[in-house]
Amino acid sequence: MDVKVGIPRALFYYQYYPLWKTFFEELNTEVVLSDYTTSKTLDEGTKSCVAEACLPVKIFYGHVMNIKDRVDYLFIPRFTSISKKEYVCPKFGGLPDMIRNTIKDLPPLIDTEINLRKSGKNAMKAIMEIGGFLTKDQRKIKNAYKKALESYREFDEKIKQGVLPSDILDRKLNVIRKSSEPELNIAVIGHGYNLYDNYINMDMIDKLRKKGTKIITIDMVEEEVIRKNVSVLPKRIFWNFGSRAIGGSMHFLEREDIDGIIYLMSFGCGVDSFICDLIERRIRRTKDIPFIILTLDEHSGQAGMDTRLDAFIDMIRWRYRNDNNISAHG
Amino acid sequence: MIITFPHMGNTYIAVKALLDDIGAEYVIPPLSSKRSLEIGTKYAPEMACLPLKINLGNFVEAYEKGANTILTAGGRGPCRFGYYCEMSREILQDNGYDMDVIVLEAPDGDIMKFVGKIKKLAGSLNIYRILKVIKNTTLVAKRVDELERLAFKIRPREIRRGSTDRIYESFRKKVVDVKGSQEILKLVEDTKNQLLKLEIDKDFKPMRIGIVGEIYTTIDSYSSFNIDSILGNMGVEVYRENTISGWIIEHMLKAVVPFAKDKRYAEAAKPYLGTMIGGHAQETIGNTILYAQSGFDGIIQIYPLTCMPEIVAESILPAVERDYNIPILTLIIDEMTGEAGYMTRIEAFVDLLNKRRERVEVVENLALFGD
Repeated sequence: MDVKVGIPRALFYYQYYPLWKTFFEELNTEVVLSDYTTSKTLDEGTKSCVAEACLPVKIFYGHVMNIKDRVDYLFIPRFTSISKKEYVCPKFGGLPDMIRNTIKDLPPLIDTEINLRKSGKNAMKAIMEIGGFLTKDQRKIKNAYKKALESYREFDEKIKQGVLPSDILDRKLNVIRKSSEPELNIAVIGHGYNLYDNYINMDMIDKLRKKGTKIITIDMVEEEVIRKNVSVLPKRIFWNFGSRAIGGSMHFLEREDIDGIIYLMSFGCGVDSFICDLIERRIRRTKDIPFIILTLDEHSGQAGMDTRLDAFIDMIRWRYRNDNNISAHG
Repeated sequence: MIITFPHMGNTYIAVKALLDDIGAEYVIPPLSSKRSLEIGTKYAPEMACLPLKINLGNFVEAYEKGANTILTAGGRGPCRFGYYCEMSREILQDNGYDMDVIVLEAPDGDIMKFVGKIKKLAGSLNIYRILKVIKNTTLVAKRVDELERLAFKIRPREIRRGSTDRIYESFRKKVVDVKGSQEILKLVEDTKNQLLKLEIDKDFKPMRIGIVGEIYTTIDSYSSFNIDSILGNMGVEVYRENTISGWIIEHMLKAVVPFAKDKRYAEAAKPYLGTMIGGHAQETIGNTILYAQSGFDGIIQIYPLTCMPEIVAESILPAVERDYNIPILTLIIDEMTGEAGYMTRIEAFVDLLNKRRERVEVVENLALFGD
């Protein structure tokens, strides 16, 4: 029987799943995903996690609870850094420890540290260590990683062409009826795990699409464009998400075809608290473009979210309609 | 150029010594108060952590007294503190406070850039003088920390309640008026002698509580509601590894001058938190374990709301609490924290520790009888 490796459908799942899936399958293991996020996931997560943690971490706990009894290994790598001279949120660095010290009866964790802060070469070391949990055959691990990188590149290319990761991961067909109004381009800035999890963001993506908008995220912006844009900051941003978000939004501001910007943040997110503020300041200083901040937490009401999205899109449409009319005030 | 800097506990004393010695002009912001926090809360992002808000308040209040340049420390992440300098710059600029920000940091361990920044402040001083100034500043920070530790020891043992507080507070008032590291060191020495002269109960065995957590809220008496003195006056001896000298060495000098740092906490924390994840999370876990091993009565963790590294630590502490059988209280601070609720929790915790102690004593006595 194949060894089962469990991957919680949360946090970095939305960024790296194709890579992980191919890698583990090439090593003859069965990849088991936790179920889609539901209110039960959140309930279980909230119960097992400290109150101060942010929503995505609580959801992650929920997914671990969901999957832990069905697998032989649980894949929770310790993400310290995924790019040179940049970190990810400290909570990712401590995630395996947080899980291990709060949830009982866990299967063994694959908790290899991934730290590319000093050099990208550390990736290979991490890969060998992760593979080492499952096989002794080093060449096999290397080959698996090569194949995994291919699927990751394929995934990344599709995203850069404008497909949302959730569409690829959930294999959704885009059957949403287009509204009769002209299509708007809305840039949505936020962590992947907030943007692409329909439960967390209360179906925001589908709702926006139904209103006749095309969604553009920072994941679709080319790396070079982002690097070029953030290099103008006086001090480099040391969070990977931070520099991608700021570089991405500066790129959106330069583009003429973006009709509005939404920043989706989760309550209590340390990185968002600074990055969102920096982005808002840059937007307000440079351009008269509609901008809204939507904050998620475990108490978010669906109705409040809907109202805000409705109002935001309506406002953009009214702006265009009124622009075409000659003002009554001369 | 009129410089100002954040208070952050007693850090301002060390910075004052530095600026006195290099002969720069500066304004010390008024002691952090409700007004400072209100100003900061108004301008800072809602979910920013408390120290940024207090810092902003300090800067604005110093601006009102004529300051136009901010001297602060930097960092390379992943804790948010490393970006404080940029946030302050942007926020103050957007709100019409025209202030320059000088960040004392050594990007990627580049010693010349660090010295260059001090030169920018110091003007004509040569490099040897600058190195001497850095050495004296570190010495001031160390002595002030030692004075604080002495106060921790005397406070629970003093015969007349409040005498340590009186001497310590008068030191904090007087230090603003003396000039230069030498005079500050002398004042520290005098204060130390005054404390040593206090009448104390030598046989009293106070309860011992270790304070761990995020550095700003643990060392800054305004944001911790003066927890050192509250506990001390309840007859508790306070221990805390977070200090300004430690912080100055860690944040500014470590990259420049090699310092051997006490890494025992990292060893101790290893089974629970394997790597450094930024901020003081590993210190929090490690020191809790070290305190527990040396028989402390309890631990108090303090951190500002939404502090990322300390949330990780808080998630892990229950396991330490269980494994080492030591009570831990977590206090989270933000601009909405009410003093009464905060005090009640501390009092309840100390009561609990007292009861625990009594129980242990009763058991020990029973064991004696049973012999």
